[in-house]
Amino acid sequence: MKERGKKKWEEECLKPQLSRSPERQKRFSTISDLEIPALVCPDDLTGWDYESKLCYPGMYPFTRGVYPSMYRGRLWTMRQFSGFGTPKDTNKRYHYLLSQGQTGLSVAFHLPTLYGRDSDHPLSKGEVGVCGVAVDTLKDMETIFHGIPLDKVTTSMTINGPASVLLCMYLAVAEKQGVSKKQVGGTIQNDILKEYIAQKSWIFPPEPSMRLIVDSFEYCANEVPRWNPISISGYHIREAGATAVQELAFTLRDGMEYVQAGIDRGLLVDKFAPRLSFFFNAHNDFFEEVAKYRAARRIWAKVMKERFGAKNPESMRLRFHTQTAGCSLTAQQPYVNVARVTIQALAAVMGGTQSLHTNSLDETYALPTEQAATIALRTQQVIAEESGVANTIDPLGGSYFVEWLTDRMEAEAWKYIETIDKMGGMIEAIKLGFPQREIADAAYRYQKQVDRQEKIIVGVNKYCVEEKSAIPLLRIAPRVEREQVQNLRRVRKERDNRAVQKCLARIESAASGKDNLVPYILDAVKAYASVGEICDTLRQVFGEYKEVAGF
Amino acid sequence: MRILVAKPGLDGHDRGAKIVARALRDAGFEVIYTGLQQTPEMIVESALQEDVALVGLSILSGAHMTIFPEVLRLLKARGASHIKVFGGGIIPPDDVKKLKKMGVIEIFLPGTSTEAIVEFVKTRLKS
Repeated sequence: MKERGKKKWEEECLKPQLSRSPERQKRFSTISDLEIPALVCPDDLTGWDYESKLCYPGMYPFTRGVYPSMYRGRLWTMRQFSGFGTPKDTNKRYHYLLSQGQTGLSVAFHLPTLYGRDSDHPLSKGEVGVCGVAVDTLKDMETIFHGIPLDKVTTSMTINGPASVLLCMYLAVAEKQGVSKKQVGGTIQNDILKEYIAQKSWIFPPEPSMRLIVDSFEYCANEVPRWNPISISGYHIREAGATAVQELAFTLRDGMEYVQAGIDRGLLVDKFAPRLSFFFNAHNDFFEEVAKYRAARRIWAKVMKERFGAKNPESMRLRFHTQTAGCSLTAQQPYVNVARVTIQALAAVMGGTQSLHTNSLDETYALPTEQAATIALRTQQVIAEESGVANTIDPLGGSYFVEWLTDRMEAEAWKYIETIDKMGGMIEAIKLGFPQREIADAAYRYQKQVDRQEKIIVGVNKYCVEEKSAIPLLRIAPRVEREQVQNLRRVRKERDNRAVQKCLARIESAASGKDNLVPYILDAVKAYASVGEICDTLRQVFGEYKEVAGF
Repeated sequence: MRILVAKPGLDGHDRGAKIVARALRDAGFEVIYTGLQQTPEMIVESALQEDVALVGLSILSGAHMTIFPEVLRLLKARGASHIKVFGGGIIPPDDVKKLKKMGVIEIFLPGTSTEAIVEFVKTRLKS
């Protein structure tokens, strides 16, 4: 009966209309080029079962949300990724953001720190404090968090290769504030696989990198119970040009690689899996993004239960942070970016994110000014306090289209996951260049669609204007590099260098053996050994990752 | 005509560089892509060895005011001022003006179509 209903509509209602005036495009697809039907009806969801597909918030498979009360209990954490210049500059911005109602911190480190190099390394020239805040030693972290109570605020740190070093610095700062390891809460990104795949800020080859990651799982599970030792990230995969399905599939398959590595070490899955966290992109295609987050939760729950035999429901909950898509912002008519960010942030909220960063309108030019960063934060506050979308749980659940798209994305993601399984896992797939190639192909395909105006970017390939007036931009003064290098040299002079050498020697011998490296690194950072010194010590033992360049 | 597409600096944002490299290749140019984390010395060395007509630099880290001038200086020092440099990335308009004054022949900002870049390169290589 029902099927006749839709058929009847197509024959008797739609077709005559289309013969008079055709649809405005030959084919409709998401921004990722997934074809979209004109209408989804109940009969398109054959065999769709509420209890098994959705169930209830806080219940397996968590499609509708990981917590029973979701935003009615507590809003998502407004966590703006921020950091620039010297530690002092950044400390000032953090105090400002917290005073404006931001509820968590997220540290952006400058590139030398991300690569485990000190500010006075030759490769750091021109990069100090430019892309984020410069951190060389514990002294810098003490300055960044000066006057910020680490028992009250949780902090996320975007750091991968040297993740354990920055985690240890944070723990050391907390200790100096009188905050114990049991009290501090936060996240290190620590996701090296997506670095090889997309973001490309790596240090060591895959095997020792995985060891460092599992070391941090083990250490945090035992010592820092409120810490998320990893944020398994699709964000950068998407920014590199992946489709939504690729972002979903590669991220979850990375997650499986980490869980397997933990199990291989002999860790109990239900001991470390509850603290795994995720990080996704929020792009412009609203429904595709919402479906992606919902599919992610369902796939992960299934994987943890069925593939890894988790028994604790907390191991099956996919908790995630979201950042709006930097790559979607335009240099042209930059104020229009506020509209894009609003749509993207709304998708993240409708998709049930646990925390959110909204990008600033000026990010295609430079790091955000205070004013632009404030507008970005206010965008979240408007969604939270004015729009009403946070008043009920998963308001899009049960929409024929959203459920159809969620199913479709899940099915497409499983295909990729199975392909990577067949290759022998994600590390093998990376060595074959598989995800890298898939992403580069998708990026090129999209660019061509934009060039042909099959995909529209307002202000870029349609509705263009001649622009004269420039927007205000944040400038990183040359003094930053000088000051930072001076500070580093002062620390090197004032610290107990014999103690530092001893700590580094102990790291070297531990790295050659099998001990968990985190306690050794913690001793070294407390002695004010620098990020570069610790990473150089590990480089000597582990070697460095080299990518074969291709395009 | 050969073109070197290079990715200097520490940032790993190679999406743009790879797209431009592909687009130029598809337009019939011979393209050499250096891969990531190239120092100005490495870039100039590759440009000379590969005997290219143009060098395209992609920088999204903010270090453009250090890197572009250094590449120009080294090309000149090696007697290779005939090799012209263009680029793209996250670069504020004021810096674009300064870089062009220094001798960078063009800076492409986000949102530029690959056709515009191919067209520019074609015209440039004809002249």
